[in-house]
Amino acid sequence: MPVDIIVCVKQVMDPEIPPSAFQIDPETKRVRDAPGISPVVNGFDENAVEAALRIREQVGGTITVLSVGAAFAMDVMKKPLSMGADELVLAQDDAFADLDARATARVLASAIGKIGRFDLVLCGRQASDWDNAHVPLGLAELLDVACLTVAQGIEVVGDGVVVHSVTADGYDVIEADVPALVTVSNELGEPRYPTLRGIMAAGRKRPTTWSADDLGIEPEMLEPGLSIVDLYVPESGGQVEMVEGEDEADAGRNLALRLREAGLI
Amino acid sequence: MTVDTLVLGEVGDGGLDPITGELIAAARSLGGTVGAALLGRDLDEAARQTESYGSDAVLLAENPALDGSSMDAYVAAFEQVCRHAEPRTVLVGKTPLGQNAGPRVAFRLGAALAQDCIALGRDEASGAVVAERPVYGGSAVAKVAFTGGGPGFIVLRGRAYEPPAPDPSRTANVIRVDAAIEPSDIRVRRVESVSQEVEGVRLEDAAVVVAGGRGLGGPEPFDRLRELADLLGGAVGASRAACDAGWVDHSLQVGLTGKSVTPDLYVTVGISGASQHMAGCSGSRNIVAINRDADANIFRDASYGVAGDWQKVLPAFIEAVREFVS
Ligand SMILES: Cc1cc2nc3c(=O)[nH]c(=O)nc-3n(C[C@H](O)[C@H](O)[C@H](O)COP(=O)(O)OP(=O)(O)OC[C@H]3O[C@@H](n4cnc5c(N)ncnc54)[C@H](O)[C@@H]3O)c2cc1C
Ligand SMILES: Nc1ncnc2c1ncn2[C@@H]1O[C@H](COP(=O)(O)O)[C@@H](O)[C@H]1O
Repeated sequence: MPVDIIVCVKQVMDPEIPPSAFQIDPETKRVRDAPGISPVVNGFDENAVEAALRIREQVGGTITVLSVGAAFAMDVMKKPLSMGADELVLAQDDAFADLDARATARVLASAIGKIGRFDLVLCGRQASDWDNAHVPLGLAELLDVACLTVAQGIEVVGDGVVVHSVTADGYDVIEADVPALVTVSNELGEPRYPTLRGIMAAGRKRPTTWSADDLGIEPEMLEPGLSIVDLYVPESGGQVEMVEGEDEADAGRNLALRLREAGLI
Repeated sequence: MTVDTLVLGEVGDGGLDPITGELIAAARSLGGTVGAALLGRDLDEAARQTESYGSDAVLLAENPALDGSSMDAYVAAFEQVCRHAEPRTVLVGKTPLGQNAGPRVAFRLGAALAQDCIALGRDEASGAVVAERPVYGGSAVAKVAFTGGGPGFIVLRGRAYEPPAPDPSRTANVIRVDAAIEPSDIRVRRVESVSQEVEGVRLEDAAVVVAGGRGLGGPEPFDRLRELADLLGGAVGASRAACDAGWVDHSLQVGLTGKSVTPDLYVTVGISGASQHMAGCSGSRNIVAINRDADANIFRDASYGVAGDWQKVLPAFIEAVREFVS
């Protein structure tokens, strides 16, 4: 059965930026954009795009990428298209800056309502900026569909979806009928690189852009449930004792000695 | 009966899960009355254990559908317990149950949720609950306040609070909540559980953990880490980079999206110390790092370090440890 898939993708600050480039604006209590460092598609969302592409290869169908935000870097947001997704929908409005998880899920649900038909919604398990890890669960509730979390594998079988869901020591095989929402984890495997053809095709595609008005979103729907009282960089552990020696092997022996003196081994 | 703070207790194969006591301790720190919800079958023993931790009420939802085969059953039951107890604040653990049932019930109630919190308190002026949570992979800590009205949901990181010492003489008001679970509530079913045999001590319980990262360059060096772990009676862990490379199983991953460990001794080899990794091991009593880059982030959190190539440092280290322990 061909399936229509919506993949929710968030644009985030690159989590690999050096600690020195990570800065907080004490006034607004927000993380400052790192100058000269491009944002990225949230890592787990790339895994979700990869999952969608694998499903489409198996059973056919369509892949629509959906993102909510106030401003987008178009070359970044087109990456899922260059990987092979069919369409990009941007729910973009100044009112969508710094939304909390509850408001984000509400906007996503409205946009999915406007997209209309779908069999699967795929999300990343967590966004690497606020690490909220619950927009998708809320979205599943708002859409009133089955919710399957932390997938390392997804297969569409008949009218249903079978997910290998990561557990502490392995995985559970869980299944549900579609429509369903699935969150995807890095255990699914590396997302593919865009091909040159994919990049060219993505370059020609125009995203569909919807404002808060287009989505019928009232200001109350965006009211935060949480307010940020403070945001700061935590202090690191403290003083390290560097153990040395005549050469590296000697340093290794001295480390063992030092740990024994400290009663640790 | 209504309570100010409701915690979602957890029952495992071996009885009450330790997270239950941690949640009760955190709830107690907020003041007011505390209720503990337990969802499952045959909960009498778990209820008695929960009473000994000192909660004012224990709310039991017993139903044959709460047999572990569908998360949806737990979500439905927890929603009913929440509606019954009408808490101002709800605490759940950063566990599969808490991370699923917490957000889903929060949305059903229109409530806001703060994920992965490590400390709770109250704003002195307004009395609002304030939670501290690492964000941006641990690069920053946010203090968030529940100001939107309605109940506030909090997911608490494991081992953030010490469980209270159990006292069997404590009693609580034990209430049975008639949790109806309809067939239409169950959309997701578990058909199979596949788990790796754990050799030796479990990573989560080990007093010594030896963890390897991308700097090891391949799967074979993990045999050396296993040798060291065996000498010290410990377990082997890994960074996500080492797991993603396929060198070791993902169940060994320590970090924000892996396991949280709090051993007495955490030895890292070829791990850079990214904040997302440290999120899973910063509660270790002593961190020891072997890394060839003297500026690596790991040395900011380590108590002992060697700046050098593990291929030279580690064999000599292991031999010396072998001498000491034999
Ligand atoms: C949302 C999110 C969640 C994440 N969750 C986790 C998580 O749960 N756990 C986790 O671990 N990561 C997690 N990460 C990834 C994390 O950001 C890092 O990318 C990862 O921890 C890096 O692993 P590493 O230290 O092994 O590799 P690297 O950062 O590449 O470090 C390798 C280190 O090895 C050293 N080295 C190289 N060769 C040698 C040698 N011969 N001798 C000695 N030292 C050597 C290098 O100097 C370097 O410091 C997450 C990332 C994101 C965005
Ligand atoms: N602004 C957004 N736009 C699109 N998808 C989002 C957005 N925020 C969160 N998501 C989805 O929800 C997942 C989990 O995010 P979070 O709950 O914020 O950690 C992400 O991996 C995305 O798939």
